[in-house]
Amino acid sequence: MNNILEVKDLNISFHTYAGEVQAIRGVNFELKKGETLAIVGESGSGKSVTTKSIMRLLPKSNSEIKQGSQILFDGKNLAELSDKAMEKIRGKDISMIFQDPMTSLNPTMKIGKQIAEPLIKHQNFSKAQAKQRALELLELVGLPNPEIRINQYPHQFSGGQRQRIVIAVALACNPKVLIADEPTTALDVTIQAQILDLMKDLQNKIDTSIIFITHDLGVVASVADRVAVMYGGKIVEVGTVDEIFYNSQHPYTWGLISSMPSIDTEDDELFVIPGSPPDLLNPPKGDAFAARNRYAMAIDQSEEPPMFKVSNTHYAATWLLHPDAPEIDPPEAVQRRRKQFPGNVTKGEK
Amino acid sequence: MGKYVLQRIFYMALTLFIVISLTFFLMQLIPGSPFSTAAKLSDSQLAIMNAKYGLDQPLPVQYAMYMGNVLQGDLGVSFQFSNTPVTELIAGRIGPSLSLGLQAMIFGTIFGILLGIIAALRQNTWLDYGSTFVAVLGKSIPSFVFAAMLQYIIGVQLGWLPVAFWRGFEYSILPTIALSIFPISIAARFMRTEMIDVLGSDYITLAKAKGASGYEIAFKHAMRNALIPVVTVLGPLTVSLITGSLVVERVFAIPGLGEQFVTSINVLDYSVIMGTTILFASLFIFTVFVVDILYSIIDPRIRLSGGNN
Repeated sequence: MNNILEVKDLNISFHTYAGEVQAIRGVNFELKKGETLAIVGESGSGKSVTTKSIMRLLPKSNSEIKQGSQILFDGKNLAELSDKAMEKIRGKDISMIFQDPMTSLNPTMKIGKQIAEPLIKHQNFSKAQAKQRALELLELVGLPNPEIRINQYPHQFSGGQRQRIVIAVALACNPKVLIADEPTTALDVTIQAQILDLMKDLQNKIDTSIIFITHDLGVVASVADRVAVMYGGKIVEVGTVDEIFYNSQHPYTWGLISSMPSIDTEDDELFVIPGSPPDLLNPPKGDAFAARNRYAMAIDQSEEPPMFKVSNTHYAATWLLHPDAPEIDPPEAVQRRRKQFPGNVTKGEK
Repeated sequence: MGKYVLQRIFYMALTLFIVISLTFFLMQLIPGSPFSTAAKLSDSQLAIMNAKYGLDQPLPVQYAMYMGNVLQGDLGVSFQFSNTPVTELIAGRIGPSLSLGLQAMIFGTIFGILLGIIAALRQNTWLDYGSTFVAVLGKSIPSFVFAAMLQYIIGVQLGWLPVAFWRGFEYSILPTIALSIFPISIAARFMRTEMIDVLGSDYITLAKAKGASGYEIAFKHAMRNALIPVVTVLGPLTVSLITGSLVVERVFAIPGLGEQFVTSINVLDYSVIMGTTILFASLFIFTVFVVDILYSIIDPRIRLSGGNN
């Protein structure tokens, strides 16, 4: 499988009155052709900033993609592209679905026109062609009566229907990469399931790669091929879905997994990761998670852990994987899951 | 829609009726009579005059008579202009006020909205500060100062345009500019605030994510959404401009309505006061109606329907 998108050493800062907030601190990942990569993490971990920077949608006035950051797509470094050149990529090669369908459609524009816009802009479609394609797209995303619906305004649709329209807009030009920024968070659970099914179905039909941002691990399990866990502006663990769910190595991932409610256990109380996210105005020395990590060691306070290799697809940034690290017992929920993991658990090599 | 319009027309008529009645009785609270300022009249002469114009009747009778006349389209005769019918007086003077007001409004809104959009798109640049400066000037400089400045610089020094009078289009240019500086500043300030608000919304980010250019985002996506609150302020402003700015009409020696209204209050010319009030109120009520229709055109979420739906 070849990589369609590679992010290398991405550093992003926001300039605020209080000072420089280092929101993204050296993120590396790649997106393979046809796969779904989920990026998970708590609020403020940098998920959305990372993906917005791929689209170059961060506010120009106060954000800065640092020198040396690389966002490689189609042989180009998107981080250094001109605004005009970026306009040709947005909506055509890379498109995006946003969190809140209630606010992401223009309330004073007919939805047919909103879907047709990228087609006319990027594919040089005539108005009639664009309308025809808009009808097909509405059919594709499962909206009944497209001929009537195409002339209606967003307020005439429900939340789930609007998200289907947003998906139709995003898929209009058959993008190579689709970024979905928490596309189901604002929807209720049954609609969530429908939208997720739709996205999986469409991915097979048009062969696009998806970056799926979420903080819902249940969603991750149902859509993703690979998972990247973000914390404090960094990716702390990355692996296949099975590796992350059944053989996670980073204490933060352990925390996420332990705090997932399960129908198998009879625990009354849900596990909570103590403390709060790090202050990225003054990022902590060493491991950013150390202050909240009950497995933290002395070295975590002073040295940032490198990415240790667990398998060819699985990496985690924790000193616990160092050959000299002591044996520890991960939380019960993680141990239970490890029993179901087919591979052996081995200590990593750097 | 049809039902809505009918309903609105009924309410518009009702509003107008209330305005006329209130003005009629309020006017009686001003001390004196139309003849008290004129040449000294003996008591018997005054009684004859009052009887002639029906002012000796009890107030309710006067009111009933006036209302009856108004319904027949008769607004009475003026006391100050030797018995000229009020309708004739207004008809002779409304032309200049109407065309001047409309010109100022159209020029002022279009220019002001553009200024506001530019300021919002180039936030915190010299273009933004420049447009803010124009808007603050427009609101703070009295229109007669601005009018006199225009007359002196463009009319006298440069000699490009006539300084005063009302004899054709080129005579209307300077007063139009003088009168439009206020709508320009109002439209520019509102439009800037609304545009900045709209430009920060999710659907603008989505439009960007679709690859729309800055121009397309501003004019295809943001402008229509930002216009809705601006229309609200511009409606009533139109009326006050159409019905004539007293000062600007004075400075440019334009025979308009504004001046007539004020002088008739001073001399208690009852029927002219009433006639002008009825005209102003009708225009105002009608403009509010037009603004509501405009809303529904600009914003599809607003549907006009009769009270029962």
